[in-house]
Amino acid sequence: MDNVTTHESVAHSQAHDHAHHEELGFWRKYVFSVDHKVIGIQYAFTGLFFLLFGFTLMMIMRWQLAYPGRPIPLIGAWLGQDRAPMGIMLPEFYNQLGAMHGTIMVFLGVVPLAVGGFGNFVMPLQLGAPDMAFPKINMVSYWVYFLGGVTMLTSFFLKGGAAQSGWTSYPPLATLPIANGQTMWLIGMIFLITSSLLGSINFITTIVQLRAKGLSFMRLPFFVWAQFVTSFLLLLAFPPLEAAGVLQLMDRVAGTSFFMPSGLVVSGRPLTVAGNGNPLLWQHLFWFLAHPEVYVLVLPAMGIVSEIIANNTRKPLWGYKAMVYSVVFLGFMSFIVWAHHMFMTGMGTAMSAFFQTTTMIISIPSVIILTALLLSLWGASIRFTTPMLFALAFLPMFGIGGLTGLPLGLAPADIHLHDTYYVIGHFHYVVAPGTIFALFAGVYHWFPKATGKKMNETLGWIHFWGSFICINLVFMPMFIQGLGGMNRRMYDGGAQYAHNAGLLKWNLVIGFAAWGLGVFQIPFIINFFSSIKWGKAVDKNPWEATTLEWLAPSPPGHGNFLTEPIVYRNPYEYSVPGAAKDFSPQFEA
Amino acid sequence: MEIPYIVETRPDTGLHNGKLGIWLFLASEVMLFGALFSTYIILRVGAPEWPHGELSVLLGAINTVILISSSVTMVMAWASLKMNDWGTHRLYLVATFALAALFLVNKYFEYSEHLGKGEGPWHSTFFAIYFTLTGLHGLHIVGGMVVMAYLLGPGAKMWKKNPDQFANRIEATGLYWHFVDLVWIFLFPVLYLL
Ligand code: HEM
Ligand SMILES: [Cu+2]
Repeated sequence: MDNVTTHESVAHSQAHDHAHHEELGFWRKYVFSVDHKVIGIQYAFTGLFFLLFGFTLMMIMRWQLAYPGRPIPLIGAWLGQDRAPMGIMLPEFYNQLGAMHGTIMVFLGVVPLAVGGFGNFVMPLQLGAPDMAFPKINMVSYWVYFLGGVTMLTSFFLKGGAAQSGWTSYPPLATLPIANGQTMWLIGMIFLITSSLLGSINFITTIVQLRAKGLSFMRLPFFVWAQFVTSFLLLLAFPPLEAAGVLQLMDRVAGTSFFMPSGLVVSGRPLTVAGNGNPLLWQHLFWFLAHPEVYVLVLPAMGIVSEIIANNTRKPLWGYKAMVYSVVFLGFMSFIVWAHHMFMTGMGTAMSAFFQTTTMIISIPSVIILTALLLSLWGASIRFTTPMLFALAFLPMFGIGGLTGLPLGLAPADIHLHDTYYVIGHFHYVVAPGTIFALFAGVYHWFPKATGKKMNETLGWIHFWGSFICINLVFMPMFIQGLGGMNRRMYDGGAQYAHNAGLLKWNLVIGFAAWGLGVFQIPFIINFFSSIKWGKAVDKNPWEATTLEWLAPSPPGHGNFLTEPIVYRNPYEYSVPGAAKDFSPQFEA
Repeated sequence: MEIPYIVETRPDTGLHNGKLGIWLFLASEVMLFGALFSTYIILRVGAPEWPHGELSVLLGAINTVILISSSVTMVMAWASLKMNDWGTHRLYLVATFALAALFLVNKYFEYSEHLGKGEGPWHSTFFAIYFTLTGLHGLHIVGGMVVMAYLLGPGAKMWKKNPDQFANRIEATGLYWHFVDLVWIFLFPVLYLL
């Protein structure tokens, strides 16, 4: 019966299509589409591809760290003379892999999937809107992102290879004319920044202008709030990096010295540059973006997790209002903490004191949000579906990531921990078992909306538990290594330093856990593609959820809703006393 | 369903989509030029000495006058549209476009004079900043000219079908144009006078 209605509504929505729009050809419908759902899926696919690609780079690096100097199995022979002669990785190539892993994961993987993918697909639906406010700009923003991705990828094949100075691209190193890779990196970044700017203008306008009747700001699902604040961060924090990118590009191609000090000696020879530049200026401009950027990485994840927790606990979110105020406050504060990445630059105690204080303050809203989500679990009869497993795992993982950040935010502790594996452990706990798990949760949760099919629970269960165990084995030992003094970005895994001797064994553990993590993504990939075809067909609201996206048909047709949605209540009215069922959707009077 | 508030304003926010969009875009532009001006301040404060009188104040002043006039003609282009005077609107928009072009011609003479003397961006921190800031500003001028050309050419058809939306577009272009003008009003004293 349910199935019948679904099919009818799909037919309906298509009939509606014919009435209002000319039939679009293949290119306009699937490639250069202006429909937010198609664009969202394009972003999501591309983002997932880059996540896999960036992860592969890391698996190759992990071989070199586990077995320094041994030929890389399987693919070593294919890498070529200037990357890995006889399969043995060159230091330059190791640096390329490291720099590009970070860049790809952050700018081409997580953000496009979290904002471009989930934001584009889900947010307009949750607003009850027919599309984004500016559909054509939306399309342009995807294709500019795509160009940025292509630019980054081609840089691997140029003479001298890809960028080698880390995802942070600190000058003077990044400005030295050793490889074209850095120039390509900068051009790629300018594409990616342009794409984000277009996207964020679109997101904010859509949220402010296209909310359905009755959908006031305090009735917005938390996911929408998270995207709203994220968009402001992208809008206002990225332009300074764009400025910095232009300046570094000028340094590289027009011979300026914005970031190049006078009297630099490289490999025993004085460098002939105009000089008088300021390398620390880059760090300020970079971190002015890159600290807000870490919240760009995590806020959408918090949004996804909130939706899934409310849905699977069958309870309203505990402290919704406090969460909203926290996320807005967090957005403001994230603009004034950036120099906690620079305690080692000798910026003086007054500056350090200021940024330590702001850093401690900004952890308060994160803790409030996390606490609210934890308390939401209290007394619930939880449905342990695959999306819920991933969402639940997010909480302790993000907790570990956040807590380990506190010592980093205090200069006396950070002086010891800076540039060690402890920092790598810290931010990966937030971004990998934190954000990426939340993104998986989102894929499992909204897959039925995008395809009309449910993903397989058994495969999902294997994917979850395998990934959960492996990913902790990858990142937990990094805290041990970092506290022991092992530096990050070491080609030989730190073997050259005597004090690392007892820590090297962990490189083997991490290596095997990382490859295991790779293996456990196979069930996900199989599940993803096979469910599109053979998954269990579902109605428009398979999770019995309350927000507006579950009113539209699965998958929604062009224009999204069959009739204009009207909102009558708060977003998470589950188990309302006296109601006939345990969920009272926003769209039901 | 169709996308609402493309032309009419949303009652509770008092905005139409395009207006909010252009203001957000300008906010990001403020951050872009803000970062560049900060760079200028930091490099200048840290410099052992700073050159004076390198640039022709006369050319700079002429360009300032040109851009301010173009802002005025831009406002007139919008106002005459609001009064339904299509012919005058076209005249003012063409004038704005021409003034923008004049600005660039002027800039071209300035650039080629310095480059001819070997004073390119590689010459010193001052010229590095001069070329980067005015270059980016010049790109913004070109961007504005492209939009104006579109609104004078193929984009003008919209006036017949949807005059309100067309007026909105002119208004948004105007807001952008005033911003570009404003940036120059900062650039001129900072680079030519101080
Ligand atoms: C909630 C409280 C947090 C605090 C107090 C904190 C503090 C810090 C500090 C002080 C550093 C610099 C360490 C150093 O280089 O010596 C750092 C690094 C980092 N954090 Fe956090 N953090 C927090 C949350 C997050 C979140 C939510 C994310 C991302 C989603 C994140 C991502 C990063 C990244 C990517 C780096 C390293 C960047 C690099 O040097 O390559 N942090 N954190
Ligand atoms: Cu930070």
